[in-house]
Amino acid sequence: MDYRSPGSVKEAVELLATHDGAAHVLAGGTDLLVKLRGGFVAPEVVVDVKSIPQLRGIARDAGGFRIGAATSCAELTEHAALSAAWPGVVEALHLIGSTQIQGRATAGGNLCNASPAADSVPAMIAAGVICQVAGPGGEREVPVEKIVIGPGRTSLARGEFVVGFRLPKPLPRSGDAYLRFIPRTEMDIAVVGVGVALALDENGVCTHARVGLGAVAPTPLLVEAAGKALVGTRIDAAALAALADATSAVCKPIDDKRGTVAYRIKVAGVLARRAALIALERAQARNDKGARGAH
Amino acid sequence: MPTKHHVTATINGDPAEFLCTTEQTLLDVLRDVLYLTGSKEGCASGDCGACSVILDGRLVCSCLVLGVEAEGRDIETIEGMASGDELHPLQQKFLEHAALQCGVCTPGFLIAAKALLTRKSDPTETEVRYWLAGNLCRCTGYDKIVRAVLDAAAEMRGN
Repeated sequence: MDYRSPGSVKEAVELLATHDGAAHVLAGGTDLLVKLRGGFVAPEVVVDVKSIPQLRGIARDAGGFRIGAATSCAELTEHAALSAAWPGVVEALHLIGSTQIQGRATAGGNLCNASPAADSVPAMIAAGVICQVAGPGGEREVPVEKIVIGPGRTSLARGEFVVGFRLPKPLPRSGDAYLRFIPRTEMDIAVVGVGVALALDENGVCTHARVGLGAVAPTPLLVEAAGKALVGTRIDAAALAALADATSAVCKPIDDKRGTVAYRIKVAGVLARRAALIALERAQARNDKGARGAH
Repeated sequence: MPTKHHVTATINGDPAEFLCTTEQTLLDVLRDVLYLTGSKEGCASGDCGACSVILDGRLVCSCLVLGVEAEGRDIETIEGMASGDELHPLQQKFLEHAALQCGVCTPGFLIAAKALLTRKSDPTETEVRYWLAGNLCRCTGYDKIVRAVLDAAAEMRGN
């Protein structure tokens, strides 16, 4: 097995394309090294993408934020402006593993590892994050919910890899939140994970809502019906009940010792409601701040 | 076949160079090539924290870093913690509080605690417990470890 550390996207694409499926991207390595050791993957070459400038760091512009795919979770969660703009995305990133894992794991890796239970993915789906993908045909942009197509499988074509993410500028009076259920308090894999992002108008009526759902289907899901259940309402008890029902309705979970099918379906609805309430609180707090003229 | 990689890094403040295959992790290199055997292999999957080192100021599991990735990087291991015969306050407090029994997890806990106190000189007990959640101890039950870290923090602040 060879190791290469290309300095440009073009060079990385060439390496990935010419090795015809026998090359594996290395970002934080927290999943890949475990798979290598276990013999689950045996690439001819690992392509370490951390030396490519475009893959690192957090930049803010008029459109929102741009995150390099190989930026560590620790760097992302320490970024004050990103945390203020997208607290749900950041809290999801913060839940990935221990302090040690946070120092290495990346948003791009969490997505492309393609686990149905990846914590950051439902939050990014809710936030409407766009993935920047590079490949032999150039660069393309893909909504984050279109990347994972099955456990361990992505829609990326041969030679393609994720170079970054675009997070939109938050709408006025908006908020997001991510909640997961695990049987412990730390260091576990989601039994259910739900991300909610929503926005209100001047009168407190919901104008926009997106719900991302993880660990209860072969892939993380965008639950359009759950978002629709909130839009046009004041996010009252009836709207929250409809949100919970719509979320539970799309679950197709596995049955294992960490949660039965019935339990996971029920908890998905409960977490959706709770995450929506946190997102609502954040949206209202942002509104109060706006009213005081403090941005 | 690829030959071995020649890697130059800084380990505990000293320049170091070594040869490694792509497959060798940083932990393999530390233990089997450089004979720095203080960092332990517990799980080899990033769950137990016994192999914790500080890589360019970040706490990481050395079992989840390739040795070749260390090129040009700065690495702190448990071997660099004491100053000669003088123990680091964390090491001293671990002894005073009997915060270890078998000792396999101890280097990882000490390095992780050091990384915490470098960032935060006055952590709460909750902060210590969450920060150390990636370090597993199967002997002491954590209370003594947490107390030792809080006591060391207080001493290092000059209380």
